[in-house]
Amino acid sequence: MRAAHLISFAMFALVFAAPARAADTVDPSAEFKAFRDYFTQKFPNVPLNDFVNGPYSMDADLRKQWEAIDDFPPYDFAVDRGKEMFATAFKNGKTYGDCFDNKGIGVRQNYPYFDTNSGEVITLELALNRCREANGEVAYSYVKDEMASLTAYMAFTSRGKPFDIKIPNDPRALAAYQNGEKYFYTRRGQLNFSCASCHVQNPGNHIRTEVLAPALGILAAMPIYRSEWGGMGTISRRFVTCNSQVRGVPLQPQDEDYRDVEYYLSYMSNGLPIAGPGARP
Amino acid sequence: MRVTVTCLLLVTVSLISATAAQTASTQADFDTAFAAAQAAEKEAGALKNQWLPTEQALSAAKKAAAGGDFDTAIDQAKQAEALARASIAQAKEQDTAWKAGIIR
Repeated sequence: MRAAHLISFAMFALVFAAPARAADTVDPSAEFKAFRDYFTQKFPNVPLNDFVNGPYSMDADLRKQWEAIDDFPPYDFAVDRGKEMFATAFKNGKTYGDCFDNKGIGVRQNYPYFDTNSGEVITLELALNRCREANGEVAYSYVKDEMASLTAYMAFTSRGKPFDIKIPNDPRALAAYQNGEKYFYTRRGQLNFSCASCHVQNPGNHIRTEVLAPALGILAAMPIYRSEWGGMGTISRRFVTCNSQVRGVPLQPQDEDYRDVEYYLSYMSNGLPIAGPGARP
Repeated sequence: MRVTVTCLLLVTVSLISATAAQTASTQADFDTAFAAAQAAEKEAGALKNQWLPTEQALSAAKKAAAGGDFDTAIDQAKQAEALARASIAQAKEQDTAWKAGIIR
């Protein structure tokens, strides 16, 4: 009799648990489509590939200024420096190129990727520092000029190549994607903003003097020269600054959450061309 | 008349008592308030959701205490604790609420 009750209870629990699990099911390809549709429907006059130009795709006056600035791009120095650094051998005689497919040329669009061996997301910045450490060199700061120069050069050699971010058939990869998605939509800081508050709900609107960029394609132009910073900035620097701006304590650069949100956002930009390095107000 | 005087006396005594209590803040009072604020901020840290104003209030509390101004130090510590508790509440609420924002 007791067994019958237990079975009934178990069946009851299963029936009610099933819809909850179904609601939590993650389908990245469906979310990718919904994400893209949202932006293309919200901005029907913006060509798809133009979303990678961030605020310039939203504001005609700003675009004119950018086109004028781009005659003498402020990131050129970083590209030149990165090229030189990239070609300079480490103390052991090897170079950055030895750590990457195709010697590191034209590969930006494949980052970040999920490494099924280590079970983590590998960003380009992390790969560069791991390359340095594997060759007996000290890692660079993730938010300073050296890393910005290296990634600027690698982005420059990849311009026009479409983002090609894969989610391998590995539950850990899906978990990383979902963690990135959670980070993106989670409100934080005293101002109670999420990344989406600005870049999904308000692209094209002003926050003080800035025009907010759409989340679609938002990382394609990284790293960027920002007039506000008076210099180059990496993706790590951008995330740290965003957190500070909403009065939250930033995570450490390349924290797992930051890498996962980069993975999520890059996946959402699949098919859009690499446009880095970029320039922003 | 007698009632009015009595009331005035009572108010005066209350004010004097309140002032005395305020000026009586000690290092021990500060230590208690600061420990509570730090504990709350640590909990927010475990949730990866600390706020910059909390850190600023904690620093201000420490600075005031170092200068012997325990009234200000305690005020700042209490402010820090309140902010930390708000950040904890935010993190707990957002643990599931974030899903409402997903573009579907």
